[in-house]
Amino acid sequence: MGELAIEVTNVTKSFKVYQEGGQSAKERLIRAGRNPHIVFKALDDVSFEVKQGETFALLGHNGSGKSTMLKCIAGTLRPSTGRVVTRGRLAALLELGAGFHPDLTGRENIYLNGSILGFSKSQIDVIFDDIVEFAELSDFIDQQVKHYSSGMYARLGFSVAINVEPEILLVDEVLSVGDESFQRKCIDRVRQLQADGRTILLVSHAAELVRQIADRAAVLDHGHLVDIAEPGEAIRTLRETLARRGIALLAEDEDVTEPPPAPKYADPPSLTVPVVNVDKQVMITKVVAEYPDPDAKFLLPNQPMRLRIDYFAPERIDDICMAFEFQDPHGNVIFGDDTQTMEQPIHACDGVGAVCFDLPRVPLLDGAYLISVTATTRNGGQVYDRRDLQDRFEVMQPGRQRGTVALEPKVVHYFHDAGAAHETETDGSAHTGDAAAS
Amino acid sequence: MSTSIDPPTEHHEVLVPDRVSVSPALEVSKRPNPFQRVGHLWQYRELIANLTRKELKVKYKNSVLGFVWSLLNPLMYLLVFSVVFNIISEVPVPYYGIFFLSGLLAWNLFSTALGEGTSSIVQNAQLVTKVWFPREALVLASVFTALVHFALQAVVLLGALIAFKRVPDPTFIPVLLLALVVTLVLATALAIGLSAINVYLRDTQHLLEVLLLAWFWLSAIAYPYGQVVSKLNTSQFAGKEWLLALNPMLTVVISFQRTIYNPDYSGTSESALHEADTIPNHPMSWYLTHLSIALGVSLVLLFGALALFSKLEDNFAEEI
Repeated sequence: MGELAIEVTNVTKSFKVYQEGGQSAKERLIRAGRNPHIVFKALDDVSFEVKQGETFALLGHNGSGKSTMLKCIAGTLRPSTGRVVTRGRLAALLELGAGFHPDLTGRENIYLNGSILGFSKSQIDVIFDDIVEFAELSDFIDQQVKHYSSGMYARLGFSVAINVEPEILLVDEVLSVGDESFQRKCIDRVRQLQADGRTILLVSHAAELVRQIADRAAVLDHGHLVDIAEPGEAIRTLRETLARRGIALLAEDEDVTEPPPAPKYADPPSLTVPVVNVDKQVMITKVVAEYPDPDAKFLLPNQPMRLRIDYFAPERIDDICMAFEFQDPHGNVIFGDDTQTMEQPIHACDGVGAVCFDLPRVPLLDGAYLISVTATTRNGGQVYDRRDLQDRFEVMQPGRQRGTVALEPKVVHYFHDAGAAHETETDGSAHTGDAAAS
Repeated sequence: MSTSIDPPTEHHEVLVPDRVSVSPALEVSKRPNPFQRVGHLWQYRELIANLTRKELKVKYKNSVLGFVWSLLNPLMYLLVFSVVFNIISEVPVPYYGIFFLSGLLAWNLFSTALGEGTSSIVQNAQLVTKVWFPREALVLASVFTALVHFALQAVVLLGALIAFKRVPDPTFIPVLLLALVVTLVLATALAIGLSAINVYLRDTQHLLEVLLLAWFWLSAIAYPYGQVVSKLNTSQFAGKEWLLALNPMLTVVISFQRTIYNPDYSGTSESALHEADTIPNHPMSWYLTHLSIALGVSLVLLFGALALFSKLEDNFAEEI
């Protein structure tokens, strides 16, 4: 082990971008003599290594250079400077069956595609049935592919690439093709390849997929390599780079983020009170989410957190209640509470002070969560001050679990053996399968 | 440590593997030289065969007459040119049809291979952007597709030979074969170079169409070469027949005509005198020399085209 499957060393890829005009000789002649182009660096001095048997992901927003990087590794583009070295037979998952000819039958296309990937007819003969079966196209294999649905098309393309069993598999956003059951099958197959010790390079902006299957991930931003880390941390870095650019990272494969829906306050209603109030009786001056490690930029799942609300009350106010609310990246309110509901009322505010909510455990998974804070009267009738969605805390999840809430399930397996009921807990040492077999 | 990785050497694409079980390292970011390119093409010969088969299948799929269409093309040419030259302008060429088809056979191979080859990279854009394979395979597939059509058209010519009871010159078969090789190498060389340029300048394929039309008329296909030579000899270039060989396709065309049309140099009849006028009676060595020079030039062109292709290939996936 420890051999490198892919070595990328100081790779820069620059393109000349012409601001106007097209590709014809006339337009090029017209441009000649002027300085018509700008040099655009799609990749800027990128280096990384992928070990054999590793699943490595390239993360980044659209235009970050991740697809250019993949093309340089696949050999369809050559870097301007720098080296790319690969070891082992390499196959790229062709997007939606690129390279299929609509007038040829599925069978003919499989052989053609196989030879494009560098396989001989006899090598394809061996795996032909597997390809057809995996693509679920047994009944249609001798039909022209132009009669295929787009799903069938994609399935066939995926099936060819994954069944030729390359030593290095390049996957570019294609795991999202086909229906859900086929997708699951694909991911299953990818895992099988992982278990076989194949190297996989995955390009995606689907953070959840990367979290599930990658061992390590590199984050690209504007052609620069920002970070190489475990998926959880890389996703956090990605989120940070996106946030700098004003894009929110959703768990799903989405490029455009809708603005979060306006916060809904069931109680207290605030519509009658003007939000901007120069002579507020209580002012929220600062909201901070304090992590156990003061230097940390994020929280780990199930760590404690303190939400501190600094206020300033010019005069003493007795009728006071503090409320807070957390929103997940999708704009759903995931938790809200206030000092009255908690039956831990604040007795009075006078001058400068801070109200803290201690959360002994924050059972959340990966994401940036937005905080809203409101200061009201005890019955909620009057809002003194509010601060909506301006502050946030972040959870970085190093593990592979999906979703929002950090539940901690344990496996309990009941089974029936020789008339006697057993109960085993799998805590890493006991294997129910072994028990059942013995 | 025996497992240390040797530093890559500049001149070898395949680096020294650090362990026997490990696949050899391939420096994909490096431009292969023309010899390595030829090596890659040999490795991918099955792909070239499959692509050729694809071209042929796709061309005639969903057409009722299928391959018959590629036979109709020379027949139509034959009809039109026979009418124009035999009846209207009365070019004194006996068996004009055979004469014309002999040269056209070589020309069609050349022009189809070059024309299709030049646009082949752009036409397969979706492949070129997605996956690595030696891209000249696409050009070669076009050339081989043209070669299959050449064989079909040869059948038409064979039919005409039988119908008119004309016999080719069997001793000139080596000349014919060498001329065929020159045609293929020259067409391949030009097509590889132009196909790469065509990715950046789409005008290339249109410009080529126009140039091929002019080239056709410069290649003594529809009119006898002998007339050109006699015109030349009455001009200031008298005796400088080698000037005409600057057009290698002219040499190829007259090689085909000399072998297949096989003019009667006996001079025993008025018809034979006309036939002898079509092509000067050069010995076989004259043909072999001219063709060898053309082949040499074509091979140099091929080498240059592969080097140019290597350079232009860098950005195919972006520019296409």
